[in-house]
Amino acid sequence: MSSITPADVQVGAMGDGGSPRQPGRVSLGGLSINLRSSGIYIAFALIIVLFSVLTDGALLQPQNISNIIVQNSYVLILAIGMILVIIAGHIDLSVGSVVAVTGALAAVLMVNMGMPWPLALLVTIIAGGVIGAWQGYWIAYFGIPAFIVTLAGMLLFRALTLTVLGNQGIGPFPDQVRTLANGFTDGYLGNVGLGPLGGADLFSLLIGLIAIAGMVVAQWRTRNARKGYGQSVEPVALFALKMAAGAALILFVVVQLARFKNLPWVLVLLAVLVLGYSLMANRTVFGRQIYAIGGNLQAAVMSGVKVKSVVFWIFVNMGVLSAIAGVIFAGRLNQAGPTAGNSFELDAIAAAFIGGAAVQGGVGKVVGAITGGLIMAVINNGMSLIGSPSERVMLVKGAVLLAAVAFDVWTKRRAGASR
Amino acid sequence: MTEHILRMSGITKTFPGVKALQDVNLSVRRGEIHAICGENGAGKSTLMKVLSGVYPHGEYEGEITFEGRRCEFGGIRDSEHAGIVIIHQELALSPQLSIAENIFLGNERAKRGVIDWNRTNYEAGELTKRVGLRENPTTLISDIGVGKQQLVEIAKALSKEVKLLILDEPTAALNDDDSAHLLDLLRGLRDEGITCVIISHKLNEVIAIADAVTIIRDGRTIETLDMAGDDVTEDRIISGMVGRALDNRFPEREPAIGEEAFRIEDWTVYSPSQPGRKVVDGASLRLRRGEIVGLAGLMGAGRTELAMSVFGRTYGTHISGRIFKDGKPIEIRTVQDAIKHGIAYATEDRKRYGLNLIEDIKRNVSAAGLRGLSRRGWVNENEEFRVAEQFRKSMNIKAPGVNSVVGKLSGGNQQKVVLSKWILTEPDVLILDEPTRGIDVGAKYEIYTIINRLADQGKAVLMISSELPELLGLCDRIYTLSEGRVTGEVPRGEATQERLMYLMTKGQE
Repeated sequence: MSSITPADVQVGAMGDGGSPRQPGRVSLGGLSINLRSSGIYIAFALIIVLFSVLTDGALLQPQNISNIIVQNSYVLILAIGMILVIIAGHIDLSVGSVVAVTGALAAVLMVNMGMPWPLALLVTIIAGGVIGAWQGYWIAYFGIPAFIVTLAGMLLFRALTLTVLGNQGIGPFPDQVRTLANGFTDGYLGNVGLGPLGGADLFSLLIGLIAIAGMVVAQWRTRNARKGYGQSVEPVALFALKMAAGAALILFVVVQLARFKNLPWVLVLLAVLVLGYSLMANRTVFGRQIYAIGGNLQAAVMSGVKVKSVVFWIFVNMGVLSAIAGVIFAGRLNQAGPTAGNSFELDAIAAAFIGGAAVQGGVGKVVGAITGGLIMAVINNGMSLIGSPSERVMLVKGAVLLAAVAFDVWTKRRAGASR
Repeated sequence: MTEHILRMSGITKTFPGVKALQDVNLSVRRGEIHAICGENGAGKSTLMKVLSGVYPHGEYEGEITFEGRRCEFGGIRDSEHAGIVIIHQELALSPQLSIAENIFLGNERAKRGVIDWNRTNYEAGELTKRVGLRENPTTLISDIGVGKQQLVEIAKALSKEVKLLILDEPTAALNDDDSAHLLDLLRGLRDEGITCVIISHKLNEVIAIADAVTIIRDGRTIETLDMAGDDVTEDRIISGMVGRALDNRFPEREPAIGEEAFRIEDWTVYSPSQPGRKVVDGASLRLRRGEIVGLAGLMGAGRTELAMSVFGRTYGTHISGRIFKDGKPIEIRTVQDAIKHGIAYATEDRKRYGLNLIEDIKRNVSAAGLRGLSRRGWVNENEEFRVAEQFRKSMNIKAPGVNSVVGKLSGGNQQKVVLSKWILTEPDVLILDEPTRGIDVGAKYEIYTIINRLADQGKAVLMISSELPELLGLCDRIYTLSEGRVTGEVPRGEATQERLMYLMTKGQE
C-alpha cells in the first residue's frame, strides 16, 4: 500500500547522507527528495494550488471534486493498463476504439437483446480480453511491433463499432449500469452534522476512516517486517508525517464528497483497481517480469522470463480494462455511440508518460500514471472553470506532456553523465 | 621493395583504466601483404582503429607516417582521403540497397545533387569485374552471400582509390572456396600495387599469403617477421603470440572431481543469418562434478554460440545433438528448461544480456530465481532483500546497499551480481562466458576465488575465456574450439599456451 501514499518523499538514509551530490536529488531541510520519482507528485500539488487560487477555490468544491473523478474515471482505468504496456516497452493505440466496440457490445447485449446486466457485463469483459488476446498474439508470438498491431486495431475495432451500431447510438442502459458509471453510494447510515461544513454522509465518512486505518496499519506492518530483516526504514517522525499527509488527503476528499452526494461508485472501483494493480506490479512475479522485460529484454530472455507469454497477458489485461472503461463510458452517457472513446488512447498514453514512465520502458508506476491522468484532469477542469478556450487547454496539455518527458530525459542524462 | 608506405611508431592508446596499446611500432612496405597476428584482445583492432582515424589524432600518442607525410587523422574521412580504407569484420553494407548503391554510399556519383544512375551502375560494373564478382550491380546486398558481400566491400574500397587496404578477419565468416577466392584477389591487388594489411587468426592463410607478419601481444609489438628471409612456420608465429607471462596469481585449489554431471554429444548449430553455415560442428564435451573445464577458442570459433545454443536454444537454427545430465538424456528447449535442469549461463556481454542496468542489485540478483522467493506468484520482498544482502556480503559486492542501481557499479561488481543471480537458482552446471572480461586485476582474483568455491561445492563449471593464462591457472581440463569443431581436449598437466594456441588455430584439413 506504500504506493498509494501521496507524498513519495524519501530520506537520504540509503547513501548514508554523506554521498556526494546525487543527480536529480534536492535537499530540503534534512529531507533528500528524489526528483525523478517524486517530482510528479510535487508538480501535482503545485498544479492544484495554482488552480485553487485561479478559480477562487472552486476547484476544490465538493461537486467539482466529484466531477473530476467521474468525468475522468475511464481514462484513469485505461492509464492503469497503459502503464503496464509501456513499462514492458510497448504501446497501445487501439484502446479508444476498444472502448467504443466494447461499449457498443454491452449496449447490444443489454438494450437490444435484453440480457441481464451482470451477465452482459461479464460477456463484454470477456470480449475485451479476447480483443487483447488477438492483439497480444500478433505482438508477442508473431513479432509485429505493438505500434503497428494496435494502429491496425484502432481502425479494425472502430470499423467493428460502426458495423455493430449501424452508425447510430444505442441506449438507454439499465439503471444499475448507469449507477456504476455515474452514480453514488446510498446514504445507508444517514447524515451527520460536521459543524460549519454542514451535513455529510456517515457511510462515506466511515469508508474513508476505514481506508485511512487500513493504510496506516498496512504501512506500519510493512515497516516492522522490514526492520525485522535489518533493512533501513524511515524514522518514526517521518513515517508519522507521511501517514498524516496521506490521511489528510483521503479525509479531505472523502469529506468533500460526503458533503455532496456520497462516494461515486467509479471511485470505489478505481481505488480497488489502483490498489490491486500496484500490488501486482510490485509484489508478484508477473509484475516483476514486466519491469525486467522493459528494463532489458535480452537479459530477461536469458534469465528465463517467458517474455512472449508475459507480453501476451499484458495486452489481454489492457483489453479487459478497456472493456470496463467502455461500459462505464457508455453507461455515463447512457448511450453507446460511434465516436465513443475517440483519442482516449492519447490521454492514457499521456497520463503514463506524465506520470513518470520512461520512453524506453522498464520504469513507471501505476500510481504515477493515475497522478499523470489527474494532472491532465485538473488542468482540463481548472482551465474550463476559468473560461479558457479549448485550444488553450490543448496547448497547455501538450506543453505539460513534452515538459514531463523532457524532464525525465534530462534527469537520466545527468545521472548518466555523473557515472 | 624496401620503401615503406606506412610507419607507425610509438603508438600508445589508453582507455579508462587500461593501456590497450603501448609503444607499438608497425612498418609496412609498399606493395606487400602484411599480416598482423595476436590473441583476442591483444590490441590488433585498436591499432587499426588508430590508423584509420576511428580514434582521432590526440586520443593516442605516437606518430603515423603515410606516404612520407606525417598524418593526423581527425576521422575516417581523413584517412580515406589519404588512401587508407578499412574493412571491418562485421561488414558495413546496407542490405536493402543495391551493390552499386553500396559501393558509392557516401561517395555518390552525382551531378548537382542528382545521382547519375548510368554512371553509378557502369562504374560499379567495372569495379565488380575487377574484384571478380559476377553479379549485376543493381542486385540487392541481401540477395548475395557473405563471400560476395566481402567482395563488394573491396570494390567499395577500390572506388575510393585505395592505397592501403586493411582487412580485419576477412575470411572468418567465409567458407573455403570463398576464402581461397578472396586470397587470390588480394594477391592480384598486390600485383596492381595496392598494399594490404590483414588481420587473421587463420595462420595457414597467413603463411600462404603474407609477405611479412607483425605479432602483437598485450598491446605491444613483439616482432616483425619477413616471410622471405626468416624461416617462418605456424609454430614460430604461435610462440610469438602466446608466451604471456603467467604472473597472474591464481587461488590454490585441491580439485575433488566426481561423477559426470553434464555431457553434450555431436552438437551442431547452424547460423541463423547465413543459411547452410555451421557455427558449431559436431562438438562433444563433458563436465564432471567439482571440475572446472575450460573452453578455449579464438574470436569466431563458436564458443558463445555453443553455450547459447545449449542454454535453451537462445542462438542458432537447426540445432542437433544430445544433452545428458547426470547420465540421463534431457531436452532443453527454453531457458526455463535449462534453469529447471540446474544449468546456469552467465553471458559474455554483461550489460546487454546479463543485467537490467536501471534496476537495483536485489532485483537483478532475484531475476532468474524469483520463483524460489515467491509463493503462489507473490514475491516475498523481505526474503529477497535478505538473500541479496547475503550475496552482497559473501561476494563482496562493493555498493552502499542492495538498493543501489546496478548500472553504476564497476565491471567487477556487476559480474558478481550476475554470478549471484545464477547461484541463487542453485545450478549443478555453470557455464561462465568470459567472466573476467573488462575487470581489473583485483576483482579478477575475487572472481577466480568464487569459481573455485563453486567447484568445491560439487558444481561443474565450464569456463569460456580468451585469456589462456587464466584457463591454464584455473582449469582441470581444457577443450579447444576452432571453426566450430572441438580440436582438442588437454588435461591440466599437459596444457601449455603453445599447445592450446596450436589447437585453436588448427584449420580444417
